[in-house]
Amino acid sequence: MKPHQFDVIVVGAGGAGLMAALYASRTAHTAVLSKLYPTRSHTGAAQGGVGAALGNIEEDHPDWHTYDTVKGSDYLGDQDAIEFMCSEAVPAVYELEHMGLPFSRTKDGRIAQRPFGGHTNNQTGKPVRRACYAADRTGHMILQTLYQQCLKNRVNFFDEFHVVDLILSNGAAAGVVALQLSTGELHTFHAKSVIFATGGHGRIWEITSNAYAYTGDGVAITLRRGIPAEDMEFFQFHPTGIYKLGILITEGVRGEGGVLINQDGERFMTRYAPNVKDLASRDVISRAMYLEMREGRGINNQRYLLLDVRPETVNKYAALDGRKFPDGSPYRVTAEEILGKLPDIIDFCRTYLGVDPIAQPMPVQPTAHYAMGGIPTNKFGEVVVDESNTVLPGLYAAGEVACVSVHGANRLGTNSLLDLIVFGKFAGLRAAEYANQATFQPLPADATDFIRTQFDALLNNTGTEKATDIGNDMKSVMMDHVSVFRTESGMQEALEKVRELKERLKHVQVGDRGKIFNTDLLNTWELGNLLDLAEVTTVSALARQESRGAHAREDFSKRDDANWMKHTLAWLGESGVELRYKPVVKTQYEPKERVY
Amino acid sequence: MQVKLKVFRYNPETDKKPHYETYTVDAQPTDRVLDVLEYIKGYMDGTLSFRRSCAHGVCGSDAMRINGRNRLACKVLVKELGSRITVEPILGLRVIKDMIVDMEPFFDHYRSVMPYFVNDEPVPGRERLQSIEERERFDDTTKCILCAACTTSCPSFWVNQQYVGPAAIVNAHRFIFDSRDRGGAERLRILNDQFGVYRCHTIFNCTLACPRDIQVTQAIGEVKKAIATGKLD
Repeated sequence: MKPHQFDVIVVGAGGAGLMAALYASRTAHTAVLSKLYPTRSHTGAAQGGVGAALGNIEEDHPDWHTYDTVKGSDYLGDQDAIEFMCSEAVPAVYELEHMGLPFSRTKDGRIAQRPFGGHTNNQTGKPVRRACYAADRTGHMILQTLYQQCLKNRVNFFDEFHVVDLILSNGAAAGVVALQLSTGELHTFHAKSVIFATGGHGRIWEITSNAYAYTGDGVAITLRRGIPAEDMEFFQFHPTGIYKLGILITEGVRGEGGVLINQDGERFMTRYAPNVKDLASRDVISRAMYLEMREGRGINNQRYLLLDVRPETVNKYAALDGRKFPDGSPYRVTAEEILGKLPDIIDFCRTYLGVDPIAQPMPVQPTAHYAMGGIPTNKFGEVVVDESNTVLPGLYAAGEVACVSVHGANRLGTNSLLDLIVFGKFAGLRAAEYANQATFQPLPADATDFIRTQFDALLNNTGTEKATDIGNDMKSVMMDHVSVFRTESGMQEALEKVRELKERLKHVQVGDRGKIFNTDLLNTWELGNLLDLAEVTTVSALARQESRGAHAREDFSKRDDANWMKHTLAWLGESGVELRYKPVVKTQYEPKERVY
Repeated sequence: MQVKLKVFRYNPETDKKPHYETYTVDAQPTDRVLDVLEYIKGYMDGTLSFRRSCAHGVCGSDAMRINGRNRLACKVLVKELGSRITVEPILGLRVIKDMIVDMEPFFDHYRSVMPYFVNDEPVPGRERLQSIEERERFDDTTKCILCAACTTSCPSFWVNQQYVGPAAIVNAHRFIFDSRDRGGAERLRILNDQFGVYRCHTIFNCTLACPRDIQVTQAIGEVKKAIATGKLD
């Protein structure tokens, strides 16, 4: 089959991919390849808001946002990139509004903003209203708006084309290989620039907020092509997933005044974060919840706690905290206001739990949510492949798949949507600029061979292993040993198990041998991606002998800036994982003890 | 509980025509229908094919006919349906394989109504202003996830697939009634067509089918009224 040819190929059609496509397509011949219809992308599940210091409701500044993000990252984020993101946040949010995004509004007609964990007034230390929101479906509105604008601007889409390999040639990007789901045919896409925007890999864990599609394809593909993965030991567990299901309950619930309650009816976060309490950052709250459950204060001694947003509870604690509206009057909410601000959350609870959050508290547990680590890039989205940040010409990454790093060891809520729009935009601009002065690299004669070999290995073995069993074993061992709290022995056990599962995958039985929509084959291939990423995550985590952000070790419980204020780079080879390190970029923020 | 799941099956590579297969599965009453389908695919028959992604009703991948009604498989629990469940593809779109239908005609209709914000006036240095009431005017139709449950439950669409369908009208409504948008007149002209809003005979199947509880028939009615009166109110 003749290769397709474009200046710029964008892989993935969530927020970052569509933003990149909008910008790249202004000056370069651009196509978006996505394994899902674009509007199915996981950006659409983001709820609470996008962070930007607009100051629409109270005083705020981009440099406060920068400081909060640096602190939230537990000083592992690169401060130059964080400054860049937080200052670009303000024009980027206005730009979304100009594209028609239906933000909720304030009384004076401006974009509405709500408090979120870790975002503060730097002078008082109190929560600041920085999260720009559209009810509790901000991600949905960003995804829809960007897709609509791409249609308006006639961006080329190849929907349900699953990218399965990256083509490098002469040390530069040359294109990708994609499987067309409807035919099972492999297509070669020849390009000058390739932008990976494929999202995260939370499907490694048993309890996760992530979509089935979140299988780490981008990082797995680039690892196989010799590109390292950065800071993979840092994976965020969001405090409030629906018990057992993992479905996300936005932090916006706590922004509106909801509180976490233990078996004794106690609002326990006052003991762990006396200043901002339930609005501490996510790693802090998830650890507090694990400790409460470990000490027998889970509800009925089960592995969950309660999130209470009943108006009477919100008003009681708001009065105790002395919380005020911007005009100085005491903060109070009604059931109707909660319903108006959190309609989807209420719908989820009614559907899956039969619980009405207006009348009953919600059972919640920490849920695997977000990859801080990923493909290493600089702040222009260019992929950098070693300790000295050498750029791989023509290759870009943006969004959750990338590690800029702006989130460091722990991401603040609302900074993921911000990451998508800011770095999606700059990756798109840079990729088009590069494509307009570069020439096409020659394609190898055997561009599809590498992936054919992988598929053939899955299809042609005579084993009887079930991919579902292998996947469940991976999720279970990673949940037990490589989640909120970690120890040397537990992680060793997980690593051995993951390596055993990789062996078992070689004997997997794929039940579907057909061509058309063979999702059985693709899901099995995705499981191989998850296993590779589970291995890299565990090896990176074992090596890091400190606790920082989302990486909390019981055997090394303190942060160790002298030895570990550095980024992990992990290469995956035949003989296992090789680790090297690169320094964190520091501008003006000296590491301090992190207290909320 | 034991569930008998009767599933529409069609594999174009092996089957001359569609048939049904019944699988008996142990399920929890709180399982989603999607969980049951995943179990069957994982342990009983890897060829069973369906789309899914978010698994909690926001991505719109897994609209199916479940016991004769269009639902998202991830948003309906087994206990709501009982021990006999029938799962079939949504109607009016060509079946490619099992529950997977050709979504292109659906998206073509969507793309035909200018489903994007139009306003070429110079932008202010900050956000455009919009009152809470103006924003509320089109709130309901911003919730659409393009799952096609509405359009493929509509008898008018079953009769003639050139009808643009409820989902496309909902997405036109979202912009027509947005105080910031300037493309309303053009969209109303597009929908004032023999295959536009007048194919809607207010049967309300779409409203019942919508997993996002959008008042679809009402939105279509508002667009009809705007065409008839030339006014947006």
